[in-house]
Amino acid sequence: MTKHLDRREFIQLAGLTTAGIAGVVFSSGLRGVSYAAARGKAEDFMFLQMSDLHWGFTGPAVNPDAEVTLDKAIAHVNALPRQPDFIAFTGDLTHTTDDPQERRKRLAHMRDAVAKLKVKAHHYLAGEHDASLDQGEAFKEFFGKTHYTFDHKGVHFVVLDNVSDPKGMLGDEQLEWLRADLKKRDKDAPIVVLTHRPLFDLAPDWDWTTADGAAAIEALMPYEYVTVFYGHIHQEHHQMTGHIPHHAAKGLMFALPAPHSVPKKLPIPWDAANPYQGLGFRSVQAKDGGDDYALTEWAVEKS
Amino acid sequence: MKRIIAVTAFVVLAAGIAVGWLRFATAAVPAGAEQVVHMTAKKFEYTPSQITLKKGVPVVLEITALDRDHGFKVPELGVRADLKSGQVTRVRIVPDRTGTFEFRCDVFCGSGHEDMSGEIVVVD
Repeated sequence: MTKHLDRREFIQLAGLTTAGIAGVVFSSGLRGVSYAAARGKAEDFMFLQMSDLHWGFTGPAVNPDAEVTLDKAIAHVNALPRQPDFIAFTGDLTHTTDDPQERRKRLAHMRDAVAKLKVKAHHYLAGEHDASLDQGEAFKEFFGKTHYTFDHKGVHFVVLDNVSDPKGMLGDEQLEWLRADLKKRDKDAPIVVLTHRPLFDLAPDWDWTTADGAAAIEALMPYEYVTVFYGHIHQEHHQMTGHIPHHAAKGLMFALPAPHSVPKKLPIPWDAANPYQGLGFRSVQAKDGGDDYALTEWAVEKS
Repeated sequence: MKRIIAVTAFVVLAAGIAVGWLRFATAAVPAGAEQVVHMTAKKFEYTPSQITLKKGVPVVLEITALDRDHGFKVPELGVRADLKSGQVTRVRIVPDRTGTFEFRCDVFCGSGHEDMSGEIVVVD
């Protein structure tokens, strides 16, 4: 059954704590879509953000169901009442390994696993676990470029790579590429940036930053309707830099604590009473006709 | 003649300022006062992992990266350096306040990267 979720239905969903929905957050972050729609440039659509799948991770105290978590999430995605237009995977598809052969084995597993999704339109980003030890070489063999753009129903998507450089940087060349791409856009064009690490200094001492992310934000700042979606921190988080909202997604293997909430950043232990707590994926609804843009947080399993 | 006197006076004045500056500079950082601490970095540890420094005493950390490239970052002191594999990297620190400051690798180096850290303890 395909169901169109309008603003009223999202408000209803916001009150739900079961049915596999972890919560709904309204965002003005995609307001550019509405503006563009009013000008006949953008259309209603929905996409999913799946992040930090970490295939290959083992740690029973953190996730004793590591082998099946992704399969359960895929089953849930396939059962969603409305299927997304596309799915964006915002990095760390695999857990790091020093062995290049094992890295490729894990990437191959991910390629085959996500092929089970009903929706076949995917956009992939690398995370530092996928790409930092070989500058993205193996990742590119399986999933293609690590920074690129695409357009969807009037929205311009920019995929940034802040992980292939093990220092967690975009680098001058990519920043120039970004500036050149942005030059071609109207200042009121709706733009979505997908990235793995936060572009801003969320917690640099926890490695939750991009060394030269400020330069990317500076380049984006003149554009009125920009929204950033990222992963890396394994939890939902929302922050503004000026007029630009940044939304972090939950992971699909283990949860991490809130920034600086504990002395040391360590995965949150598995809670047998609440399995998969803190894990999940997100849908992003861009709908014309007002400020009805919503991020819906979905649990791993459909209950 | 007046011109010669003026030039001579300028040279004497300039020399005086230079000597005074050098005396100040020497007094600020006395020769041989810098402590040198030898460290190594390898997956996924620094040795030693705890360093005790004295407030106001300059120190040079000589860090050898043994196995691959690593990083050395002390966010609270605004210090960072690339540690190139097989090379010694000199990092100069003048601790200006007491406390415990974490340092960590900020060049992704593998599965234990996030545990590669240590601390600098600055005492009076």
